[in-house]
Amino acid sequence: MNAPLSTGHAVPHTGDDAGHPAPQSFLTRYVWSQDHKVIAVQYACTAIAVGVVGVVLSNLMRLQLGFPGQFEFINAERYYQFVTMHGMIMVIYLLTALFLGGFGNYLIPLMVGARDMVFPYLNMLSFWVYLLSVVVLMASFFVAGGPTGAGWTLYPPQSILPGTPGHAGGIVLMLVSLLIFIVATTMGGLNYVTTVLQARCEGMTLLRMPLTVWGIFVATILALLGFPALFVSGVMLLLDRTLGTSFFMPALVSMGQVTGYKGGSPLLFQHLFWFFGHPEVYIVALPAFGIVSDLISVHARKCIFGYRMMVWAIVAIGGLSVVVWAHHMFVSGMNPYFGFFFATTTLIIAVPTAIKVYNWLLTLWHGDIHLTVPMLFALAFLCTFLIGGLTGLFLGNVSVDIPLSGTYFVVAHFHMVMGVAPLLVVFGGIYHWFPKVTGRMLDDRLGQLHFWITFLGTYAIYFPMHYLGVLGMPRRYYNFDGYNFIPPSAFTMNAIITVVALIVGVGQLLFIFNLAWSAWRGRPATANPWRAASLEWQTPDTPPGHGNWGPRLPVVYRWAYAYGEPGAAEDFIPQNAPPQAGAGEPEPEGQSEVRGAPA
Amino acid sequence: MSAALGRFQANPRRGADGGGRSRDAHASAASIGLWVFMGVATALFSLFIVAYVMRMSGEDAITIALPWQLWLSSALLVAGSVALQWAVGASRGSDPARARRLLLAGGLCAMGFLVVQLWAWQALLSAQVMPAGNPAGSFFYLLTAMHGLHLAGGLAAWTWTAQDAWPEPARAAWRIALCARYWHFMLAVWLVLFCLLGWVTPEVARFICGTS
Repeated sequence: MNAPLSTGHAVPHTGDDAGHPAPQSFLTRYVWSQDHKVIAVQYACTAIAVGVVGVVLSNLMRLQLGFPGQFEFINAERYYQFVTMHGMIMVIYLLTALFLGGFGNYLIPLMVGARDMVFPYLNMLSFWVYLLSVVVLMASFFVAGGPTGAGWTLYPPQSILPGTPGHAGGIVLMLVSLLIFIVATTMGGLNYVTTVLQARCEGMTLLRMPLTVWGIFVATILALLGFPALFVSGVMLLLDRTLGTSFFMPALVSMGQVTGYKGGSPLLFQHLFWFFGHPEVYIVALPAFGIVSDLISVHARKCIFGYRMMVWAIVAIGGLSVVVWAHHMFVSGMNPYFGFFFATTTLIIAVPTAIKVYNWLLTLWHGDIHLTVPMLFALAFLCTFLIGGLTGLFLGNVSVDIPLSGTYFVVAHFHMVMGVAPLLVVFGGIYHWFPKVTGRMLDDRLGQLHFWITFLGTYAIYFPMHYLGVLGMPRRYYNFDGYNFIPPSAFTMNAIITVVALIVGVGQLLFIFNLAWSAWRGRPATANPWRAASLEWQTPDTPPGHGNWGPRLPVVYRWAYAYGEPGAAEDFIPQNAPPQAGAGEPEPEGQSEVRGAPA
Repeated sequence: MSAALGRFQANPRRGADGGGRSRDAHASAASIGLWVFMGVATALFSLFIVAYVMRMSGEDAITIALPWQLWLSSALLVAGSVALQWAVGASRGSDPARARRLLLAGGLCAMGFLVVQLWAWQALLSAQVMPAGNPAGSFFYLLTAMHGLHLAGGLAAWTWTAQDAWPEPARAAWRIALCARYWHFMLAVWLVLFCLLGWVTPEVARFICGTS
């Protein structure tokens, strides 16, 4: 399906259709670009680069945990710095940036039939401000005292007190970097939301949008509402650190010295942080939900089961995610009624989430499943997310959470549910859309190898951690000397986990090599190699040119999941293929509308 | 559900060429973008307000006397808001000179507001109310600074608008309308903050938090 199928009006293509002039030089094409596709690649490359740093840091942590005392350069201070930077990099600078800035930027305009984001200049600024935040964060490795080792939650009072690694410059740079990142995210978020609401092409109703767009759209709204909480806590902590205010800092003696702080509330910081922190889980998860829905549908050659239910589940999860934050604070002590409330809302989230899982399974049921690399990653996501989600039910209960919250059970839970599971979707998404981005296919054998190393490896890393947690092995510890209740088998397990983590870490080089090699030497891709129905695969050029759609904007006649329609010439019908007059048109929930013109 | 979502139906076609982005489309996008940004700013200031109430319920919090300059700055912000609202009407009418004057007045009032806020800072500092002394003082400087920064951002947009609108205000009436909307929003935020700083005393905060 190489030819454009849109039936827009044949009018000459003007240079500024996309809201910005076509690039005339290398600088405007690849550096100061306002094209959403280039900005997406810039975001993705930066996020992957900083993600590599995050993976290296995790491997350094694992070296200490698996073989304590064997590596002299990993002292306690550095260990905590590795932990902190790994956590913050992976959650904020990799996953958030990649899903919203990378996938969001590339896919939203193409999937809704727009020529670009509605504010291209702001979009460009968003990337450069994001890059600045990364530079500031990385600079903390080079300041006196190194980066902060306060843990990724940056809890005061310890995060800004002497005795915590990086309390001098590291914590300041971390906070400044976060504030800059939030500015970048807000710029990008304004674009994504407005583009979805305002720039959809003719016929693209909200309930015809692919679930990928729905996931990114709702996640962006969550980001716009949640990141201000991180901003507020970050600004106030920065002022406590630099000006000596006492927003969060109580009166205390530190290292034998009376500090000037008095009366501040560390608990206030926790509330603000987790008011951002829990939606952050869904800022990462909702785009993953959307993308995996599309991957499963395309590669199982079947319409997504329960499209409207899937949309509402995304919206419900997004809504509920802002009223559960205090389940991260059960051990800080709270009124039992509050604990009951937050446990209940947490468990209620399982309902829409389970609906999504069932719908994915029902989409696969009797599907024509093609075990392509993107599909493998999508299936691996299901297996991983299921375990991570179920352990979330354990931790959502106050009475179970309190004994487990300080153990490796929590490390296992959150890595499976919001670390590995979304990353598997990132990989699946990149393997899926790479042909559209570059015009070339990623190497399939390398992809398969990368998949099995990553999937089996990450499972081997995190699944056993549940058992370590149940044994009572505490998290956040540099070493475990003198903890007699920890059996020797746990140390053996830790060594095995470390070896696997190193293999998985090195295995990611396969992916990076595949990206670089295939971008230049990969097998040329056809315009729609997966025979997908959604709009981004129907562009006249691959990769799409300036303005995406040539002289005519597409016109959409149906949803994005028209697979296996009886009587159709192929097993999919593109969203913009004109209907045959009087023929039935597939729509969500099995509705079949007779129409000859777009809605 | 469909009715709710129907408010954002896909645009049938935009622009004279069936694909390009006309001024209407741009204005519509800018309007939605501004609403979304105001939502973000509302979330931000709401969280600051929650933090203020929680922190002011602490035992060490005291009330500070707000400087009289705040009444002057408030009046300036009200005047700026009114001027820009009138500028919208004038730009859509047949009096471009009046539109220019009112647009200029709206921006100058906002600048005046910022200057008077700095004057209020000076007055408080002279009264030995330091940023690090007491939560009331800390929040005063923090909240007024955050509001001022948002207004300064608005002034940057106002400068851009004024450049665009000066030759022919009617052409940029939609931009002036967006400025006016943002000015009204900034005024509303400021009035809430002013009330918060002035009347949500430690006693009120403790009552709200149930710790009195």
